[in-house]
Amino acid sequence: MAAEAGKVDPMKQFQLEPMFGSSGWEIAGVNIAFTNSAFWMAITTVLIWAFVFGGMKRQLVPGRWQMAVESFTGFIDDMLEANIGKAGRKYVPYVFSLFMFILFANLLGLLPIGLLGLHPFTFTSHFTVTGVLAIISFSIVLVVGFWKHGIKFFTLFVPHGTPVPMILPIALIEFFSFLIRPFSLALRLFVAMMAGHVLLKVLSSFVIDGVNAGVGIGLMVSLPSFALMVAISALEILVAGIQAYVFALLTSLYINDAEHLH
Amino acid sequence: MPQIAQLAEFYSSQIFWSLVFFGLTFFVIGRGMVPKVMGTVELRDNQIAADLAAAQAARDAADEQEEAWRKRENENRAAAQATIAEAKAKAAAKTEATLAKAQTKIDAKLEAAEAAISEARTSAMAEVETVAAEATQDIVSRLAGAKVDKRTARSAVKKALANG
Repeated sequence: MAAEAGKVDPMKQFQLEPMFGSSGWEIAGVNIAFTNSAFWMAITTVLIWAFVFGGMKRQLVPGRWQMAVESFTGFIDDMLEANIGKAGRKYVPYVFSLFMFILFANLLGLLPIGLLGLHPFTFTSHFTVTGVLAIISFSIVLVVGFWKHGIKFFTLFVPHGTPVPMILPIALIEFFSFLIRPFSLALRLFVAMMAGHVLLKVLSSFVIDGVNAGVGIGLMVSLPSFALMVAISALEILVAGIQAYVFALLTSLYINDAEHLH
Repeated sequence: MPQIAQLAEFYSSQIFWSLVFFGLTFFVIGRGMVPKVMGTVELRDNQIAADLAAAQAARDAADEQEEAWRKRENENRAAAQATIAEAKAKAAAKTEATLAKAQTKIDAKLEAAEAAISEARTSAMAEVETVAAEATQDIVSRLAGAKVDKRTARSAVKKALANG
């Protein structure tokens, strides 16, 4: 990005910028500027829609595309069935949306379209966004838990077989670990995505600075840095999938708590 | 860190658009399209299960028919064997009867032949005696010139024959 100046700001990629002159948009006095982040959310949504739409031919013998879409829905379905059981089926739409939304966002953020002068934006590297997703997941857990078990949902904090004198301290610990869930959920994704992108940008600044400093240093610094970038890019693709999976998996585990208590 | 530096300025926009686009994803794709995709999968699974069950049933039916066929075949074979045995027995009995009949006929013929032979021998013997007696008469008359009557000659011949 700022390569012309010979300097790369590894944080600039997370900068929000209103697009289409929308910085003044407001609803009820609240700013809703359509930023690059929102723009990439839109791209993500459209791409997921296109992906799933391609798999809706409903053929008895599926083509490759339909097979791919079905393997994704089957993956989520299996995960929910394994973690929640038969009751998990009704959460497939939510967990599928969550998983695909995060997965596509992570992968789109890694697109090398910087080569074309465009700036990919990874909105999962913003805790405002991951926080919203985590709070939605957490709210579902609360709503399902209280809907199904009412006040008995609080027995979630007292595991079976707890000795009587230990009930109070253990309930406290369980309660706090429960409250921390949305934060850990949101922060895990946000940190993983941000760290990877910062690392890549830092390495790319090594490459650029090394080249600018001359042939000798360029060979010594830029070449290894570039090799490391290639390797870490591959790792980041893996992380993109893993983080989406972890988010969906933890959500399903939390929903399982709400469905079945302990 | 822009995430924090720009928080005050953009948090509302971030939350708003996250809700909008994740909401779109959930309601349009998650609620609208995913159930259809999964329905297709389930339909296919059911169809495969039904096809497998039908194939199993067909195989069972085939096995059953083969069993029945085998049983029938065995019965037929046994019946055929019985028929053959019966025919064999009948043929054997018939042969035996024919043989027995032939044997009696042959026996009768042999008896008759033996009787004829012994008769012939007796008559031949008598003839021989007669001829011998005549010859004796003749020889005696020629040699001794004596006339021997038939009875004497005959008894002499008989004596000689019995001795010799």
